[in-house]
Amino acid sequence: MYRYDEFDHAFVNERVAEFSDQVARRLSGELTEDQFKPLRLMNGVYLQLHAYMLRIAIPYGTLSSRQMRRLAHIARTYDRDYGHFTTRQNLQFNWIRLADMPAILKELAEVEMHAIQTSGNCIRNVTADHFAGAAADEVGDPRPYAEILRQWSSIHPEFTYLPRKFKLAVTGAPNDRAAIQVHDIGLELKRNAKGEIGFAVFVGGGQGRTPMVAKRIRDFLPEADLLTYCEAILRVYNLDGRRDNKYKARIKILVHEMGEDEMRQAVEREFAAIGRTALTLPAEEIARIQSYFAPPVLATLPAHSDVLDKAKAADPELARFLRRNLHAHRTPGYGILTVSLKPTGLPPGDATSAQMDVIADIAERYSADEIRVSHEQNLVLPWVCLDDIPAVYAALKRAGLATPNAGLVTDIIACPGLDYCALANARSIPVAQRISERFAALDRQEEIGELKLKISGCINACGHHHVGHIGILGVDRKGEEFYQITLGGSGDETTSIGEIVGRGFSSDEVVDAVETVVETYLKIRTSPAEKFLDAYRRVGEAPFREALYADA
Amino acid sequence: MALFRHGVRVADDWTFPAEGEAFPDSGPVALPRARLIAEWTALEARNAPLGVVIASGEKLDGLEAILPRLSLVKLVIPRYADGRLYSIARLLRDRYSFAGEIRASGDVLRDQVALLVRAGVDTFDVAHEGTARAIETGGIVAVTHHYQPASNDAAEAHAAPGARPWLRRTPVPFPLA
Ligand code: SF4
Repeated sequence: MYRYDEFDHAFVNERVAEFSDQVARRLSGELTEDQFKPLRLMNGVYLQLHAYMLRIAIPYGTLSSRQMRRLAHIARTYDRDYGHFTTRQNLQFNWIRLADMPAILKELAEVEMHAIQTSGNCIRNVTADHFAGAAADEVGDPRPYAEILRQWSSIHPEFTYLPRKFKLAVTGAPNDRAAIQVHDIGLELKRNAKGEIGFAVFVGGGQGRTPMVAKRIRDFLPEADLLTYCEAILRVYNLDGRRDNKYKARIKILVHEMGEDEMRQAVEREFAAIGRTALTLPAEEIARIQSYFAPPVLATLPAHSDVLDKAKAADPELARFLRRNLHAHRTPGYGILTVSLKPTGLPPGDATSAQMDVIADIAERYSADEIRVSHEQNLVLPWVCLDDIPAVYAALKRAGLATPNAGLVTDIIACPGLDYCALANARSIPVAQRISERFAALDRQEEIGELKLKISGCINACGHHHVGHIGILGVDRKGEEFYQITLGGSGDETTSIGEIVGRGFSSDEVVDAVETVVETYLKIRTSPAEKFLDAYRRVGEAPFREALYADA
Repeated sequence: MALFRHGVRVADDWTFPAEGEAFPDSGPVALPRARLIAEWTALEARNAPLGVVIASGEKLDGLEAILPRLSLVKLVIPRYADGRLYSIARLLRDRYSFAGEIRASGDVLRDQVALLVRAGVDTFDVAHEGTARAIETGGIVAVTHHYQPASNDAAEAHAAPGARPWLRRTPVPFPLA
């Protein structure tokens, strides 16, 4: 993991002092809420329906046990004993008193954490593949580059008042688990024909009101040029991005209006004009940052674990858990485990302070002290020895954290929606809870197979519904909560935007509608091996529409 | 509006003729970009300092050849959230090696002053009373550890050799250019 040195500590402490001063000015009445707003937004503080919310940055989703325990402590001390993991691999506390902010930020700074740039029209927390460093299919670990980008983008003097927020994601594997093509900048780590490391660069993806798949503007960018190239993209965007209409202000609209080729030329021109500067990354510096992310010392083991095989044979529930929540590791004898934060009937992505502590303990003992947050709102233990899995599973189960549903229909992404969010049209969490209850039967979930269901409470699409195999979008119909269904979206290396199938459904109807879609898929699939997305791509929306609107 | 140069309130020695108004025969004069270019020959003959006023959303197009002869670029900020001038200031310093005065004029929050200084701005013409007071009383509190080189590099300390070459330090308290 990355560790702060003196410089990093000093930076965060200065920022805490600056923000604490701003909070004090607000509390004393020197600043009005209007004047305070842009300042608090630079530091992850939102004013929600009922209270202030604090969003804490978890860079590229990597946490140590100590950091997780500190988050649990904050939940217990300053919030209502739980936190919410978000689709940007961050953590939100929904019930924070403004007066407590300085104390919380100080507690975070002690464990090398902060809330800088988790909101506002600036470069947001950089995300990465949650299996980074451990995945079997990886070209290289994306996190050192994400860390370099995090540093470069922290209080960047030129890019703090952008037309709109700006999100970067990095993946180190051809199987994209970081949804890079729906980001403002998406970076795919790759090797060129000469075996050198670099990036394919995607620009202008995004969700929200106008969903767009990013354009690949560079096929291979040498790693040394990472910051210079990003600086060029951001400068083009800062100067030319639209500022007349908040809904047209993201870089995706600029790319769309300029056209892919012109955008590419503008970026390349700026990139060439900047030339070699202190942003050009020396190989030794990349290597130095990489050394922080060196894999832990792992034992030399056979690929197969007899201990695990025996336990599996004896416990069908464990076997089921492994079928869904265990993922291939690059090191023989090890596995990556998904800890589902989607138990039946509970809000997706929430964890209690007690659960956070349990996960911290497990990670400390069995996963090299490391935890990841996935953009699918789950947690991940990246370094688990296969022999240890029975013990890990037992501990997770005791804490209600062993739901065997990773990638299944109840592994739902849902935004906070009308329960918390001032912008919402409709509630998301209760719909997720009801769908989760409807499909609770585990055999049925497994029979349905991989299915990504994503729910947003309004067109801002924080719940990523556009890239859900099944997407649900809350809309307001004459004051009533309604839900539109989209089908065929995907956020992986074959990214596509889901299509609206027809008129929306009331809150009472929407769970039945989802079930109709699922039943239709089960009928039309050529075999259980044909996943929902593949079946949809083969047949299109017609059979689904017929099933949904047969009576209309 | 209150004008600050290096953190000190000063009187403005520049004239900004309104549209259609003739420019004076002597003294420093700054004009909007289009007019400056159009009337360049006559202006140049005056033998006094010249400057340009860049409106929000305008770029430096057409000024490339003239810039070395200018002593002032005034960047107009109608709303604090309009961040385009940060890039313009950086281009002036880094791309065109512009050594004259870069003035940020308009809606500047006190929390933006340090960012603008790093982007290359050296004078502030601020509408916001709170910002003016903060500059005057040394009330600009800013982060002095930076993770990227910017455009007042000469005024910033570099990292020790061997460690992250992108790091920079500004003295405390933050010098206002
Ligand atoms: S999608 Fe809409 S309702 Fe949901 S969190 Fe985002 S802004 Fe709020």
